[in-house]
Amino acid sequence: MATKLVERPKLNFFEKIYLSSILHGLALTFGHIVRLFRGKTKVVMQYPEEKWDSNLPEYYRGAPALVTDEHGRERCVACQLCEFICPPRAITITPEEIPNNDPWAKVEKRPKAFEIDMIRCIYCGMCEEVCPEQAIFLRKDYAITGESRAEMVHDKRKLYEIGGVRTGLVNKWNELK
Amino acid sequence: MADTDPNKPAVPLLNVQIDGEWYQFPKGTRMIEACKQVGREVPHYCYHPKLTSPGNCRMCLVEMGMPPRPKPGEEAPLDAEGKPVIQWMPRPVIACANTVADNMGIRTDSNLTRLCREGVMEFLLINHPLDCPICDQAGECRLQEFSVEHGSGMSRFREEKVKKPKNVDIGPRIRLDDERCIMCSRCIRFCEEIVDDKVLGFTERGSHTTLAVHPGKRLENNYSLNTADICPVGALTSNDFRFQMRVWFLKETESINVDCGTGINVTIHSREGKVYRVTPRENNEVNSCWMPDSHRLSFHSIESPDRLTDPMVRVGATHRQARWKDAYAQIPEALSKLDASQIAIVASARMTNEELFSVKRLAGLLKVAALDVVPRMGESDGYLIAADRNPNTTGAQLVLGVQQPGSQLASIRAGVEAGSIKALLVFGEDLTEAAGWPEESLKKLKFLLAVHTHANPTAAAADVVLPSAAWAEKRGSMINVTGRLQRLSAAIPVPGQARDDWEILRDLTLGLTGSNGVHGVDDVFRLMAAAIPAFNGLSLQKIGNQGIALLETGVRIPLLERERERRAKGMING
Repeated sequence: MATKLVERPKLNFFEKIYLSSILHGLALTFGHIVRLFRGKTKVVMQYPEEKWDSNLPEYYRGAPALVTDEHGRERCVACQLCEFICPPRAITITPEEIPNNDPWAKVEKRPKAFEIDMIRCIYCGMCEEVCPEQAIFLRKDYAITGESRAEMVHDKRKLYEIGGVRTGLVNKWNELK
Repeated sequence: MADTDPNKPAVPLLNVQIDGEWYQFPKGTRMIEACKQVGREVPHYCYHPKLTSPGNCRMCLVEMGMPPRPKPGEEAPLDAEGKPVIQWMPRPVIACANTVADNMGIRTDSNLTRLCREGVMEFLLINHPLDCPICDQAGECRLQEFSVEHGSGMSRFREEKVKKPKNVDIGPRIRLDDERCIMCSRCIRFCEEIVDDKVLGFTERGSHTTLAVHPGKRLENNYSLNTADICPVGALTSNDFRFQMRVWFLKETESINVDCGTGINVTIHSREGKVYRVTPRENNEVNSCWMPDSHRLSFHSIESPDRLTDPMVRVGATHRQARWKDAYAQIPEALSKLDASQIAIVASARMTNEELFSVKRLAGLLKVAALDVVPRMGESDGYLIAADRNPNTTGAQLVLGVQQPGSQLASIRAGVEAGSIKALLVFGEDLTEAAGWPEESLKKLKFLLAVHTHANPTAAAADVVLPSAAWAEKRGSMINVTGRLQRLSAAIPVPGQARDDWEILRDLTLGLTGSNGVHGVDDVFRLMAAAIPAFNGLSLQKIGNQGIALLETGVRIPLLERERERRAKGMING
């Protein structure tokens, strides 16, 4: 690796005695005190009574969850790419064949079991990125709690409950391929 | 390569230029094989080295050229290195169906070749569905691979795709998806040329061409699953493996099959201690590229609920789980009261050479003479399945010294029934099922030891039951019917408290000899190589994945004989 020598800045006399910096810092702090007493700054948020939820940005990465589309079809086809990409190996999928009498029998495959171990999950969003079926999304839920390890494993039912219905996705399994 | 065979008549070597380099190949070599031999892989779908070349996928198009024909009295022009100057043909040729000629030039990476591949890929993908997330072939699909390597990355096709039957039930073990089919006809040729079962064919024309089974017939021969292996896309998939596991999770272990004397070379695909499928592995001296369905699906017994996972000792009428130490302790205790002539050992020709050698050592230490294996003769199917259903009969003859397997079995049974044999040690066999002994005769024994993988009537009658390793769980060697020494490799760990057979046998002999320097199966092989001249200088490592021709038994594998004939006729090249 190439090394780069960084030259130290040359300081003049006033800078060397640090007096100007100390005064500048004191002025800043004094300003904050004034604003605090005038009620302009709010320092502490009373979590969990108060939450930041409404201010979470669009790209916030919370708990991963499975979604159904407007036709009521579960989007996941159990391709197991998220299981493969998941860095902490939090996802476990057991695939099964869709029975012939199902209206979506032509999709052929769906997850029999889909489990995400939320103790392992690192909220990286790779599963959402890799999904070829737009089936898994990171939602804004961040307070994932449980009283046992088993409770922290989100099963298929729980994942669809968090995920809900998502519209406006590509419907590649509709009759027109 | 074929030209290392000394029995082959000398074939003239031809000079061929591939991507600017000159090489020599025997006359009759296909262009695609020549390129492969020098590491210039030409992408292809329809070509398979063991089948004839119809040349219908067009993926292997390459640029070809020859030196110009000189005028009478003139010499062909030579370049600076004294090699002929090549004039390139304006149109490409398929590499799979053309053989090399003297001074021929091949370009596998030219602009024209690249454009051809991109064009062919675009045509193949026009009607291909976007099934990859649910397709079992994804991850080992040639269409995916070549689409990335040679495709254009986008589709210009705006019209509607042709609809064809999906999820068609064409046989008990094979599922057909016609939309994924790229009409390479490998499966059709396999059924026709290798297994003589002409059930597959194309119907309709043009982009509506559909693969179908003959009306009233099904693809149900015992080699049907090979069509799923050679299918370059996901058109033919295995019902057994369907949706079980994505292929990129599977760990591949090279081993051999143990369902018959052929010792078919296989790859075991496993994940986290569970075998998901078994596929044949190419070995031109054993099984070519194929294997029968019955052998392929036999791995399910490894996971059976009948597997023995803990050592057991008899307490009254039932068995109780025991620690290994306690189970072992019972054996010398029971045997020490008996004379050597009152003990008999029945081993199995399903055991590896190392295990048989350990049995032989144990028999020697106990001075037991009544020693045999259970023969398992059936009928050869005329393809790959050998008449001998034991995988290591040749090994039993060589290592255990049992000349005629089963010859002593009748006298051992008579001894057991008459009461002159009081203790029986059974390794890897169920005598009631394999040898047809009645359960009553086993009850006459004073002591019965059963070492087996599965619960069975012999184990039920035994005083001590030791759980051992199945074929996918152990390392070792076997000798097939033709006398070829081959190697098994462990793909998955043994279940529960079970132990590898060599380890059990080592511990049994330890009680008699003290330390014996055996710490692994390779040590057993080393002892065996020192004791048996045929193994001199060999080790498990040296056997390799293709095996070593060790003995000459005179047995031939019918499918290979026919393949050699076809190769001699020039029908195939691989």
